[in-house]
Amino acid sequence: MKTYFINSIRFVLLILIQVLILDEFNVFGYINPIIYQLLIILLPFNINSVQKLFLAFVLGISMDIFEDSGGIHAAATLTIAYLRPLFLRNAFGLSYDYQTLKFYDAPFRERFSYVSLMVLVHHTVLFSLEIFSVDHLLFFVKKTIYSSIFSILLIMITLNLIRKNSK
Amino acid sequence: MQQIIIFLIKNKTGLVFIILMTIALGLTFKSHTYHNSKLVSSANFISGTVLSSSENIHQYFDLKAQNEILQEENENLRRKLLNIPSAKDSLPIKLKFIEDSLYKITRSRVISNHYDKIDNFLLIEGGSKDSISEDLGVISSQGIVGIIQDVSPKYSRVISILNTNTSINAKLKKTYHFGTLTWDGKYPNILSLIDVPRSAPVRLGDTITTGGRSLVFPENVPIGIISNFQLDENIGYYFIDVKLFNDMTNLKHIYIIENSRKTEALELLNPDSR
Repeated sequence: MKTYFINSIRFVLLILIQVLILDEFNVFGYINPIIYQLLIILLPFNINSVQKLFLAFVLGISMDIFEDSGGIHAAATLTIAYLRPLFLRNAFGLSYDYQTLKFYDAPFRERFSYVSLMVLVHHTVLFSLEIFSVDHLLFFVKKTIYSSIFSILLIMITLNLIRKNSK
Repeated sequence: MQQIIIFLIKNKTGLVFIILMTIALGLTFKSHTYHNSKLVSSANFISGTVLSSSENIHQYFDLKAQNEILQEENENLRRKLLNIPSAKDSLPIKLKFIEDSLYKITRSRVISNHYDKIDNFLLIEGGSKDSISEDLGVISSQGIVGIIQDVSPKYSRVISILNTNTSINAKLKKTYHFGTLTWDGKYPNILSLIDVPRSAPVRLGDTITTGGRSLVFPENVPIGIISNFQLDENIGYYFIDVKLFNDMTNLKHIYIIENSRKTEALELLNPDSR
């Protein structure tokens, strides 16, 4: 019950932060930091996978409604939600398999690689669907790389901030 | 049968993923055509309320700049008005003209504006309750902005000229050489005008205006000036870069234009739909 409550609050908060604050940023004209996928990153590790996928879909579609972007956020969020177990195993190794993993006890390097994998895949799917044309390949690569750097930075900062509050 | 059910339960994650992904991709592909899916649109009650309350705060930050733009427009209109010789005497005739006028103009405000994507949309105030309907033109004091594409009771969504799906009929101001105005998705102040025949006298700095061939925009609404052009010798058409008069990144007060004889004209064009 508590997880549902926390995650619904996070859902609303993250969407509002994304739409009202971060979408106003246009660093160098085309770089948009995106942090709403933090919801998927921070979901409990043992969550029901069907629930997780539906949550990801609703989260993505809500972003799409605000940004008038069809279904690109939904597709990107679904992809990272589906691939999350793979990334978790890749980043945290055995402690994920034995279900003894505690996110904040893991070393920084492992957390960082997990977040980076999630953000990179999310941004790649998102921007390839948004740009949707081979003519703009260079633009796509630039946008993905630069936006990912900003998003990863913001998400790592946010993660550290959340931890200090809850302790 | 039992085997099928066992199979479904076993692979439920993958199946749910495939179903949801198909929906998401379907919506994405639809959004890349002009007639966008109306299901996913910011012109609805929740997103409209959130975005317009944020806009209510935001508008204070650029009041000064927006006032200047409006004053500049007033200056232009006053200059035109005072230079009409018998403006005072013709007032009764003018009122009659308004009743019967071809273009109805409604003012509105931009609530949310995107210009950093490939396909951009704007959300504006006013919807079907304010008798705004689809396919009306939207202009600002300096030039064209876009075309209304989706309407809810209180808000409308505008497909921006900064959208790779828009194509607007435009012409050289001096002559009647027509072309199609499109956007390549790169710079928010440069559009490209294609399909202008080689016989057109294209020169740097010339003004481009709307062509009046569509029922959306009236003729001679300013768009921008020619900043660069090249002639494709094989096809015999010009590729023209048009620098917009409008700053699409700083839009606030806009006007919606309705051609009051549009229905009549459309009926003539498609007699079957009567």
